[in-house]
Amino acid sequence: MDYLPNILFAIILLFGLGFFAKNVQRLVRNIKLGKDVDVSDNKSQRWKNMARIALGQTKMVVRPIAGFLHIIVYVGFIIINIEVLEIILDGILGTHRLFSEPLGAVYNFLIGSFEILAFLVVVSVVIFWIRRNVIRLQRFIKPEMAGWPKKDGNLILYIELILMFLFLTMNGADYQLQQMGAAHYASEAGILGSFPISQFLSPLFDGMSISSLIVVERTAWWLHIVGILFFLNYLYYSKHLHILLAFPNTFYGNLKPKGQFKNLEAVTNEVMLMMDPSADPFAAPAEDAPDPEKFGASDVVDLNWVQLLNSYTCTECGRCTSECPANQTGKKLSPRKIMMDTRDRLQEVGENIEANKGSFVDDGKQLLDDYISREELWACTSCNACVEACPVSIDPLSIIMDMRQYLVMEQSAAPSDLNNMMGNIENNGAPWPFNQMDRLNWAQES
Amino acid sequence: MAELFAAGQQPEVLFWVGCAGSFDDRAKKITKAFIKILNNANVSFAVLGTEESCTGDPAKRAGNEFLFQMQAVTNIEVMNAYGIKKVVTACPHCFNTLKNEYPGLGGTYEVVHHTQFLKQLLEEGKISLEGGTYKGKRITYHDPCYLGRANNVYEAPRDLIRKLDAELVEMKNCKKKGLCCGAGGAQMFKEPEKGDKDVNIERTEQAMETQPDIIAAACPFCNTMMTDGVKNKEKEASVAVMDIAELIATAGDL
Ligand code: SF4
Ligand code: SF4
Repeated sequence: MDYLPNILFAIILLFGLGFFAKNVQRLVRNIKLGKDVDVSDNKSQRWKNMARIALGQTKMVVRPIAGFLHIIVYVGFIIINIEVLEIILDGILGTHRLFSEPLGAVYNFLIGSFEILAFLVVVSVVIFWIRRNVIRLQRFIKPEMAGWPKKDGNLILYIELILMFLFLTMNGADYQLQQMGAAHYASEAGILGSFPISQFLSPLFDGMSISSLIVVERTAWWLHIVGILFFLNYLYYSKHLHILLAFPNTFYGNLKPKGQFKNLEAVTNEVMLMMDPSADPFAAPAEDAPDPEKFGASDVVDLNWVQLLNSYTCTECGRCTSECPANQTGKKLSPRKIMMDTRDRLQEVGENIEANKGSFVDDGKQLLDDYISREELWACTSCNACVEACPVSIDPLSIIMDMRQYLVMEQSAAPSDLNNMMGNIENNGAPWPFNQMDRLNWAQES
Repeated sequence: MAELFAAGQQPEVLFWVGCAGSFDDRAKKITKAFIKILNNANVSFAVLGTEESCTGDPAKRAGNEFLFQMQAVTNIEVMNAYGIKKVVTACPHCFNTLKNEYPGLGGTYEVVHHTQFLKQLLEEGKISLEGGTYKGKRITYHDPCYLGRANNVYEAPRDLIRKLDAELVEMKNCKKKGLCCGAGGAQMFKEPEKGDKDVNIERTEQAMETQPDIIAAACPFCNTMMTDGVKNKEKEASVAVMDIAELIATAGDL
C-alpha cells in the first residue's frame, strides 16, 4: 500500500492546525492588551446567555429572514463538521467512510441529512449573496463597508459555496464509484451512506471510467479538506471570527441594566477625598502613590479586554448601525464603524508589537482622531439601540463613552455648548443657568 | 422635605423633581400634574426643593465622570441624612441614574418611575380613571430610551394609556426598537452634528404615521423634542404631546 497520501495529508493537517494555533495566540495576546475588568460574577446567568444568544441564536431571529437563513448556515456548519471528523480520519488512516460500519443505519441517515443541509446552505448562501449584491440592502453598503469589508463578506459566501459543492461532488462521485463496484469504494455491506442530493449529480459522471471518477472524487476530497483548513485560518483576518468568538463574547456580555454606566473608581477615590472634611487639601501626595490613572480612552489599550473581544467578534452585520438614530438621520456616527475601527487599530498595534520583538513602539497614531473622529463620538445619544440590536452582545456605546471621558477629562475638549451645560451644573446644580435657590419656585406659580 | 424632617415626620416617598421638572416651563406642568395626582390619592410625599441638585446624568453622558460623581455624592449625602427609602421621579434620566448609578456611590433607594408609581396607585384603587376624557382617542406612546431599553420598563405606561379607554396605537419602532427622540447622551444641551435631519423630526414622522390625536411621552426631554417636532410639522393644532401624568391628571374625575 502507498502511504504517500496519508503522510502528505497529515503534514497539511498539522501545518493548517499549527498556523491556526499561532493565530489564536495572536488573538489572545491582542485581546489581553486591554485593561482588566472583573466579569467573574453570576456565572450561571452568563452560561444561560451564551446558550440562549450564541447557541440558540435568539437575537438573530429578531430579523426573521436573515435570522432563519443564518440558522440554516449555522446548523449546517456545526453538523457538517461531524463529517469533517470522518474525513480527517479517513485521510490519516487511508480508510473509506470509516464511521459507516460502527454506525450502521444511523450512518446513512447522517450522511443523508448532511447532504440536505449542504443543499440548504447553498440556497441560503445564494440568497445572502443576492441581499448583499443585487438587492444591496442599506446596511451592507454603508461607507465603512467599502473595500475589504465588502470583499470579506462576499469571499466568505464564495468559500462556503465552494466547500458545499466540493462536499456534494465528492459524495456524488463516491456514490457512482460504489455503484460501479470500484475497489476501495464498494463495500460488501452495500452502498455506504445515502445521497439524496448528490445522486442528482450522477448524469455528470455518466460514461466516466472508474479511474477518472476516482480522480474527481479524490480531487474534490482534497480540495474540500484543504479548503476547510484554509477557511479556519482565514478567520483571523475576517469578520467570520464571530463563529468562534460569539460564544465567549455572549458569555462576557453585560448583565446590568443597559442604562447603568460604570462609575470610575479612580474618580470616586478623588471625589471622596475632596468631600472628606478631615482631609488636608494641601497634603503632598503619598510617596508611593501610583501614577494618576488616565481617564477614559484614546487608544485601544485604554479599553478593557471585553471591549477588545467585542471588536474581534463583530460580524459587521450593521444591525446596530441601521437602528442608530444618529446614523439614520445622516450623521457620521456608525456604531459598526466604532467596532471595526477598534479592531483595525488593535490589529495594527498587534502587528507593531510583532515587528518590534514583543514590545509596542510608538507609531504616532491612536484610536481617537486617526480612526474615530470627535464628530462621530459627539453625535451619540446614548440610546442603547445599537446594544439592543447586536445579535452577539457587543456594546459599541461603552467605547463611545470611554472616549468621551478622555476628551472631557483629559483634554477638556467638549463642544462649547456642553462646557456651558457642565459649568451650569457645577455652579447652579442644573444644566441651565438658573439659580439653585429658585428650584422650588414652580410650587408658587399657578 | 426639610420642614417634614424638622417636624419629625417621614414621608412615604420622595418625589425627585429633577432639573427639567423644576425649571423648564413645559416640564413644570408635568410636575404639577403629578403632584395633583399625588395629593388626590393622599400619598404622603415630599420634595427636596432647594436641596435637590442635578443628578449628574448629563455630565456623565457627556464624559465628565468627575462632575457626575460630585453631584451624586452631594445628593446622596442629603438623601441619606433624611433617611430616604423610596424615590419616585418623572424623569427617566434621573430614574436611571438614581436607581443604577447611585448605589455604587453609597446611595441605595427603591427608585420608581412615575408611570410605575401611577400604575400601582391605580391597582391599589387610590386613583380611578373612569372619566372617559380620552375615550376613543388615538394615543401613540413614545418609549424614552432610559426607561425602555435602559431599564426594561415598557408596560407600565402602556397599561395606563389603555386604562384611559384610549386607543393605543404603536409606532413602527416601539418598545425595544423604539427610536430615540434625540435628546439623550447630553444631546439636549448642544447643537446636533451635521446630518440630513434632526432625530426628533424623524421620530415625530414615525409618530405621525400612526395618525394620533395625542403623542404620549414619559420624559420631559422627549416631551420637548416631540413638541418641537410637531411644531416643525405645523401640526400643533391637531396633535398634542402630553406626559402620562398629564393624561391621568386631566382624565376627568380628579
Ligand atoms: S447609543 Fe449612540 S451609537 Fe448606539 S445607536 Fe444610540 S446613538 Fe447610535
Ligand atoms: S456591533 Fe453587533 S450589530 Fe453591530 S455590526 Fe457588529 S455584530 Fe453587527
